[in-house]
Amino acid sequence: MNLDPHAVLAILAMALATYLTRVGGLWLLKLANVKGRTRVALDAVPPAVLMAVIAPTVFATGPAETIASGITLVAAFRLPLLAAVGIGVASVVVLRLLLG
Amino acid sequence: MSVRKEFAAGAFAISPVLAAAVPIALLFGTLSVSKGLSIAETFLMSITVYAGALQFVAIDQWGDPLPVGLLAFTALVVNIRHVLMGASLGRSLGGFSPLQKYAGMFLLTDEGWAFAEQRARRAALTPAFYFGSGLALWFTWSTGTLVGALLGTGLGDPAAFGFDFAFTAVFIAILTGFWSNWRTGAVLLASGAVSALVKLAVPDAWYIMAGAAAGIIVAAVLHAEDETPNHTDGLMPS
Repeated sequence: MNLDPHAVLAILAMALATYLTRVGGLWLLKLANVKGRTRVALDAVPPAVLMAVIAPTVFATGPAETIASGITLVAAFRLPLLAAVGIGVASVVVLRLLLG
Repeated sequence: MSVRKEFAAGAFAISPVLAAAVPIALLFGTLSVSKGLSIAETFLMSITVYAGALQFVAIDQWGDPLPVGLLAFTALVVNIRHVLMGASLGRSLGGFSPLQKYAGMFLLTDEGWAFAEQRARRAALTPAFYFGSGLALWFTWSTGTLVGALLGTGLGDPAAFGFDFAFTAVFIAILTGFWSNWRTGAVLLASGAVSALVKLAVPDAWYIMAGAAAGIIVAAVLHAEDETPNHTDGLMPS
């Protein structure tokens, strides 16, 4: 168990930078008037960010991931979250075996 | 509902994410010590930085001498999406004191944030619910990476069990809750297409901001059309 001073400095610098990105949104909110188009744009943030996070895996990794994503999507409309995730993970394992 | 019940409800709601986080956290811990970080440094990073994607990128750049400035800049780039997420979620924090807001933002993660947004669209987001889900994930991630670091490099590859797909599956399932009408489809199409293309063309984590920006721009543009007098609404009520 040892803590190198430079490593601690690097970690805390990353922690500070990350925290600034986390509170930055609150400050942005104070500047902007949240009506009309700004409101619609902010409403679009959750689906837009989530889609952007998963898109490379869903569309640009391989057929197993793309098909498993479709299966997960269908399952998610009908089943609770945990069941849909379980089906998604199981299907990606099977599809990777089948599709090599 | 009482504070304790709300706290437990938050932790329970996020439990599928906790299950998905455990193997990733274990993997991070083992990778981190194999890259030369000590067990204490690995744990310190998880409890203070607490950002999975960045942490994987950071330990990849770990070396001697340590590029402190580059690591801090990387943190800004990889996590810049938090600014958008915080601005969106900030509108639902009406029941939070200033201290609760600033402490709560420390716990902002893709997963915890998605659950908070989902909850805020159904009912008022209480501090107890938010901290219940946020602290449960923070505790799981921190202890998971610590255990991984203690175990060392003896663990297998999580891809062999499909665990690397677990977060994608979680996000797909959460995404279904944000569907309101055809405009959501247009936002998702723009975001997904731009993200995948940027990921293929550009290194680093820019694809998230590029995709998110594309989706948000599409939403704003479609809103302009929405203001024309004879416009009728889309397929489903929002």
